[in-house]
Parts: sequence; structure tokens; C-alpha cells
Amino acid sequence: MRVSPRNSPAFGTEAAAVETGGTSLAAVAPAETAPAEVAPERLGASRERLDGPAKVTGTAPYAYEHPVEEPAYLHPVQATIARGRVTSIDTGAAEAVPGVLAVLTHTNAPRLADTEDAELAVLQSDAVAFRGQFVAAVVAETPESARHAADLVRVGYGEQPHEVELGPEGGTPAARTDHGDLEAAMASAAVVLDRTYTTPMQHNNPMEPHTTIAQWTADGLTLHESTQGVYSVRSVVAPVFGLDPEQVQVFAPHVGGGFGSKGLPHAPLVLTALAAQRSGGRPVKFAVTRQQMFALTGHRTPTSQRIRLAADDRGRLSAIGHDALEHTARIKEFSEGSSTASGIMYAAPNRRITQRLVPRDVPVTSWMRAPGHCPGMHVLETAMDEMAQACGVDPVEFRIRNEPELDPLSGKPFSSRNLVACLREGARRFDWQRRDPAAGVRREGDWLVGTGVAASTYPTHVFPGSSARIRYEGGRYAVFIGAADLGTGAWTALAQIAAEALEVPFEVVDPHIGSTEFPTATVAGGSTGITSWGSAIVQAATSFRDQYGTQPPEGAEAEGATQPNPDAERFSMHAFGAQFAEVRVHADTGEIRVPRMLGVFAAGRIVNARTARSQLIGGMTMGLSMALHEHSVLDSRFGHVVNHDFAGYHIAAHADVDSIEAAWIDEHDPHVNPMGTKGIGEIGIVGAAAAVGNAAYHATGVRVRDLPLTPEKFLR
Amino acid sequence: MIPFDYRRATDAEAAVDLVHGHPGATFLGGGTNLVDRMKLGVSEPEMLVDVSRLPYDTVEPLPGGGVRIGSAVPNSDLAAHPLIREQYPVLSQALLAGASGQLRNLATTGGNLLQRTRCVYFQDVTTPCNKREPGSGCSARGGYTRQHAILGASQACVATHPSDMAVALAMLDATVQVQGPDGSRKIPVAELHRLPGDEPERDTVLGQADLITAVDLPELAMATRSTYRKVRDRASYAFALVSVAAALDVADGTVRQARIAFGGLAHKPWRAARAEETLRGAPATEEAFRAAAEAELAEATPLADNAFKVPMSRNTLVSVLRDLA
Repeated sequence: MRVSPRNSPAFGTEAAAVETGGTSLAAVAPAETAPAEVAPERLGASRERLDGPAKVTGTAPYAYEHPVEEPAYLHPVQATIARGRVTSIDTGAAEAVPGVLAVLTHTNAPRLADTEDAELAVLQSDAVAFRGQFVAAVVAETPESARHAADLVRVGYGEQPHEVELGPEGGTPAARTDHGDLEAAMASAAVVLDRTYTTPMQHNNPMEPHTTIAQWTADGLTLHESTQGVYSVRSVVAPVFGLDPEQVQVFAPHVGGGFGSKGLPHAPLVLTALAAQRSGGRPVKFAVTRQQMFALTGHRTPTSQRIRLAADDRGRLSAIGHDALEHTARIKEFSEGSSTASGIMYAAPNRRITQRLVPRDVPVTSWMRAPGHCPGMHVLETAMDEMAQACGVDPVEFRIRNEPELDPLSGKPFSSRNLVACLREGARRFDWQRRDPAAGVRREGDWLVGTGVAASTYPTHVFPGSSARIRYEGGRYAVFIGAADLGTGAWTALAQIAAEALEVPFEVVDPHIGSTEFPTATVAGGSTGITSWGSAIVQAATSFRDQYGTQPPEGAEAEGATQPNPDAERFSMHAFGAQFAEVRVHADTGEIRVPRMLGVFAAGRIVNARTARSQLIGGMTMGLSMALHEHSVLDSRFGHVVNHDFAGYHIAAHADVDSIEAAWIDEHDPHVNPMGTKGIGEIGIVGAAAAVGNAAYHATGVRVRDLPLTPEKFLR
Repeated sequence: MIPFDYRRATDAEAAVDLVHGHPGATFLGGGTNLVDRMKLGVSEPEMLVDVSRLPYDTVEPLPGGGVRIGSAVPNSDLAAHPLIREQYPVLSQALLAGASGQLRNLATTGGNLLQRTRCVYFQDVTTPCNKREPGSGCSARGGYTRQHAILGASQACVATHPSDMAVALAMLDATVQVQGPDGSRKIPVAELHRLPGDEPERDTVLGQADLITAVDLPELAMATRSTYRKVRDRASYAFALVSVAAALDVADGTVRQARIAFGGLAHKPWRAARAEETLRGAPATEEAFRAAAEAELAEATPLADNAFKVPMSRNTLVSVLRDLA
């Protein structure tokens, strides 16, 4: 991967016109404990990861690697039907395998206290709701003997007809917004567009699989878990096993990626904890295999989305219609919400936004990389490109022309909105003004060349309920919060936030995260980690200085929690961005390559320039991957994803990513939270696939409305 | 995965004897495909006879011309070898187009030839597959067939052979040296792999205890300008949708000889004899290249998801020949 170096984390005079209220960080006197030569921390510095040395030396323990005494190993048995009942299970051969400690089935597994969440009601009945569901599990002395024995469990089924495919129609309405009269606006407009687009089923595939070590003790349940939130695990798991929350201890100091799939506990965790009730007190370890991940740890629904746009002859939109169709597991409803972003992106007096959900016999859908906004903005921004073309307006200018003054849905002002600044700065950097608008006319050797643009957005939230504790000892400040670092840099960013709030140098702050031993933290999801945990840390720092001033006694300690935001109801709060891509399509073979991507974002204050850029280009790479590759192929006859490994489910590899650059404008938003941050976990992926698809159209003149953009779609 | 016995052979004859005496035994090379299949339950050998340490790890010129490649030579070493890079660039390019750096470091020359299809149904023991379980049916027919065969398939099996290296070897008229229970013999690479017919469980003509000890490349002047072109979904680390290995001997604007093999289209590396014949004596023009490609693909039988392979392989061949001419 070649990454364009950037020395300056912030730039852009365009943003200077926007509100620059600064931050409302607690005003405290400089700490006298700070060494004179080291300045107090200011957010935005480029900090190396505190956890970097441990990770590159292989000493940072991931969930599976925590040393435990005498572990036993679990391997599951998965259903080979998509709907029906287990009618018989023969575990004799499995039990006879040397080293097997227990074989769990629905007939002998311990009963759970709460089975309301059907995804987590593991081995509690004979019902099979999707292919790949757990129907048994083996616990053994070694992973190999567990796997061997699991293969020997014989399961009989009473199969019922299943349905897994999402058609173009059907479903029950999940949401609907109506402003004005869409139909009338479509009927009377100078230019209209009415297109249906699809995005395929996709699966989160973090490098580290979903992993659990579960052990029961006299005090309750201890879990080493690969999770986006130790407290999310505690609060979900405790009632399932009939425990008080305090009886569940969860540890997750390092997490090898989650992308939403580790946001909430899934069935593998419950199965491991169940099995640990039959292991004689020994800890039980289970790492989900790559193939199992395609049935057990969540996925993104396929979508079918109709976009209707109407505009006058100058390219001003009069109507926006967005109807999204998605599937959900029959046993657990989850709405992706693909059409949500169409509510706030562009001005138009007439607007209809709907979502419909179709229950299917599929594994549970769940959070995946910018839920809703990722597939929804892909199709909206593809349609905007088509509409710009139809109106004869440059696609950057077309978006600027339809910029709303207020949130079109709520009528509230935006706390800050710098989409236009991002588009302009991106266009400048990408040399957009020299672009020839004609599609399919540039050729370099055997390659057709084009460029494309798309907008990006993600809502800004602070989840209530996080607390932090700060303790002063030996001239250093220890910061405790049960937050999670998924590889994003949270360890480092939280230390930076604490240092700025305490007005001390970064070097004297020691963060402690990833454990329920530390104060409550909300999930690392929805781009809320830093906004929520950081707010709690700032509050704790304020409280600390209020109580102890700048010369705290040894052992001084203070706590703080996220506070209600008085501005939350007054403003519409979102981050925005502009994505640019250059695409080359081989004239003979249809192969598609992306030599250049640029993302410019307006996401409030950036905490750590180094890790922020890494996170943003990571998101953009995932968008590239979505555009070109990712497609879970659901075989309707069997009911499961048949390309369930990395040979079949392609994710962008290094050679697919060439020049990729992320930048941001210097945005100050005093309304979102005490730091002025908006969260950058998701916005990098949103719109990236549309920019690639729009560039592919510009290169070839071929508009692909069904992802992914595979070579055959460009073949002549 | 089942428990298995592991033996390390000291020489080829001992290795063959070990496997010959045990119906459940098989040879282990780099293990990059076999071990995966064992974990998935697709292959369940009771005994592995490790041949990766046998003294077949060199690349050497043959006395009468040509090159002998030991079967244990890692793919990465073979791709980087000066003799191969200079005299048979198609082979070096094909190797480097396959797998990843880590896999190429482990994978052996013999093992690469004997890797098995990555048909998703073959690799999934919960679905019927005639290749894995003869007579159980073919799940690919009526299923996901984007990677599958358009040439030489049978009702029983539409799988493709995944190797890039084998496509180059077939084009070069390489031969494999085989040590078997009854002694040694030579088999042209183009005849090593089978079409599926009614016995898709048999990938090759080898017996269970036949061990590949070497691959011989003939002396071939036109190979110095040979090339390998692989079309795939990703820029790297993906199996071929279509690949072409080719060499062209052109004099005064006329094709004297063409050598062409396709990958990704059939159960075996597909030596394009019809295209080669069509080109013999033809003008080295785009029209002639296209006619040759169409002659070869005339009997292509695409499946639901892979009709694109016909124009894609045609265009790729034309593009490759155009560059070579």
C-alpha cells in the first residue's frame, strides 16, 4: 500500500467560514507536575500507538492467548439444514474419542435463564432456524480431538421448506418518512431518474476471529473475549445465565478488528460459556473458524434499493425518493436502515423514504461497517452521479447546488456541516477541474481511465452511560475506563484526551482499558467510542481538577461520567466527507483497478492524526473492497453462504490498493461533545464504493447498478 | 480432521513402498492444499508420507538440452531461478501469479501439479459432490458456477483445475518423472490431468502410490518470449477466471508455430490444439488471432454464472497474441 505522506494534520481555509467556537474543555490551570520542557497535550498531535511495541513484538495478548490453567477446547457441530428440527443425535462415536470431556446437545446442555434473544438461546431446543446453527458441541483436551469428535456426531433432521433469497418485492414496512408529494414532483420535473440498485450480502471478516475463553468460578463467569465492548458482553450475558452483572468479568485489552461483528455477543460466546459449565471448572477456549464466521457472527443484509430523483433544468432537486428492501433473520429482527441518510443529504421539498424488512431463514444480520449508511449512500451517490449526468451538471457542482441550509427532515440547523468544503478541497487536490465529463473516452494503452466522486456522511452520537476514573500516583495520571481498542488506536487517543483535559503532557498519562474491572464504558460502535468515552474522561478530569487543583496529593482520585448534551435536541449532528477515485478498466478483459483514492472529511476535531489517517484509509479500503469484491454467495438450495472462506469471499488485498490518501478539514464544532469530535470509525467507508463505481462509469460508459464491480460486467 | 500417522521418507522408493502398502496413505509435500482439505474433512488420509525432504530440490540443465526441476523445489525458488526466468519466462510468470508469497515458499513443484479443485461444493462436506463422494451428485450444477468449467466438463463434474504453473507446463510440453511401485516412467504434463468424465474423483492418471520426482522442460527456443496472462477478480491472490500461457514463432508476418494453453476453463490445463492449428501459417494479425480463439472456444458450454468466460478467454488470448506478435 502506498500512502501519500501528510505532515500537517489539518488544513483548509474553506472551513474557516464555519462556526469556530473552539472546544469547551474544562479550563484549568497548567499542571505544575509537568516537566517544564514537555508541553501539555493538544488534540490533533500525531502520536505513535502506545500498544504498538507490544503488538509488533507479539506480546499483546488477544483473547485466545491469555494464559489459563488447563484449558479445554470446544468445537461445534452445525446444522446442515436451513429450517426444521433435530430429530436425533448420536454422540456415541464422538464420546469415544480419546480426550473428549463432554458432548453437549439440546437434550443435555445446561438450561439458560433467559432465552428471549433467540440468537443466544443456544442448544435450548430442537429447532433449527438457519443452516450453520449450533446443534451440538464437543469439549476435549485438544482442539484437534474436539474437531475430530465433532465430525463424528450424527444428527438427524426433520427438514422443513426454507426460503433465503431476497426478491425485489415484499416485506413489511419498517420505517417511512413523507414530505410533500414525491409522485407529483416526479410527474412535473424537467429531469427524472428512477432506478433500482442492489448490494449483495456481505460478511465482516476481522483478522482475529471471534474468540472466547470462558471459566466458571465461585464468583461467577470470567470471559476473555474478542469484543467491541466488555460491558456490552456483561450486560447481555449476565441475564442469559441468570447472573448479576457483577458476577460476569470480561477482559479484552486488545481486539483484532470487529467492524461491528463484535459489537454484541453472538452465539459462540454463549456456547463456550455453556460448555464451561461441563468442563469441571476448567476454562474452555473456542476460536470461531473462518468458515463458521459466515453463519454465526452476523452479516450485512443484501439490499434492493429504488432511488427516484427529480430536478429542474438547472439541476436543482425537487424530489428524493429512497425505498430500501432488506432481509432479516426470522428469529431476530434487525433493520439495516439503508435509506436513512437520504433524509439529510440534499435539499428537496418532496421526499419519501421507506424501509421494508423481509424475514428469511438466514443467520442473524447485525452491525457491519457503517450499518445502513454504507449500502444506502452507495446507491444514493450512484444515483446522484447518474442524475448529474442527466442534468448536464458536473457531479461536484451538482452536489453543491443541492446543499441544504437546514436538516431537511427535522428542520434543525446542523451543528456543523462542511460537505461543500470537503468537495471543494477534494476537487482541488484531485485536479477535478481538468476532468473531461464525457464517459468512456480516455484510454491509456489497454486501459480505459475515469474518475468519480461521491459524498459521505455518518451521524454523530454520544452514547450515555460511560464513566472514567483518574488516579494520580508517582507523578503520573492513570485513567481507567472499560473501553475497547479494536486496532483503531483507542489506547492512545484516550490518553491524549485525558492529557489535554488535565493539561498535562501526553507522556504522564497511563490509560487502562478493556476490562470490567474499570468503570463502565459503552460499545465501540456507531463511531461513538471516542465521543462517548472521551466525554467521560473530560468530565473525570474536570472533577479531578475541581477537587484537587493542580497539585494533587498522592493517590488522589476522581470519577466522571458522560453528561447529557444540552445541544443534542437543538442541532442535527453529522460528519461529512467527499470521496474521489480514479479507476482503470482493461478494455479486453474487464479487469478493474483503482490506482488512486482520496477522501476529505469534516469530522470535527481529530484526536490523533496518525491513527486517524490509518482508520480513515482503512475505511476507504473497505469501501474499495465492497465496490470490487465482497459478495457472500447464498445458495438458495442449501441456504448457506457457499464461498465461505478467503479463497471465495474476496477482500481487497495489498495489490488492490495503490495510492490512497485521507485528509480532513479543520472543523470546530462546539455542540457535539466536550472534545468537539464526531467519530471517524465509519465515515471512511461511506461513499467510497460509489466513488469507485462512478469512476468506472466515467472510464467505460457502463453503469453497474449491482455490486460488486466484477470484470464480466465491463466485458464487451 | 481425523487422527493420522506421519512418516518421513528417506528416499523415493521407500516413500512409494510406504504409500503402496497402505490404502489410506498419501504423500505430503508443502501441505498448502492437503492440510486445508484435512481440516475441512475433504481428505481423510490415515497416513501422511512426507516427501518434502527428499533430494529433489534442485533445478538443473539436462545434458541433451532442457531443464530438470526437482519435485520438491518450492514454487518461489522455481519462479526466481535464472534458468527459468531467462529460458521459460511463462513458467516464472505463472508461478508468481499463483497464491501468495507465503504459500509459494511452502508449495512444491510436485504438489502444485496435484492440488485439487477449489470448487466450493467440493470443499464443503455438507453438500453433495461427485468428486469428493462419487455418485452423490454435483452441487455446482444449478448452483454457484462462476469459477467453473466451460470446456471438457461432464454431467458429473464441472470443476476447474486451479494451478497456474500447470498451464505453463502444458504449453511447454513438459513431462513429469514418476516413481511408482513398478519403477519409473514419464508422462507428458498435458496428459497428467484427466477430464472428469464419469470418474471425477480421479484428477490425474497417477496411481495412489505414484510419486512425482521431477518435471522436465524441453529445450524450446520460442519459450524465451513466452508469456502468462492471468485474469482474476483481485490484482493478486485469487484463482484465475481465465488464464493464457502462450508462445509465438512469427517470421515475416506469418505464424510458424503457436503454443497456447488456457487455465480456469477446464478440469485440466487446456492445451489449445485447435487454436494452434488454426494459426499455423496464418498471418500474425488480430483477425487471425480472433479466428483461432473462436475455433478453440466453438464447443464451449458455459454454465449459468460463467458465460462471460467465453468472451473473456477469447479477448485475453487475442490480447496476449497481439503482444507476442
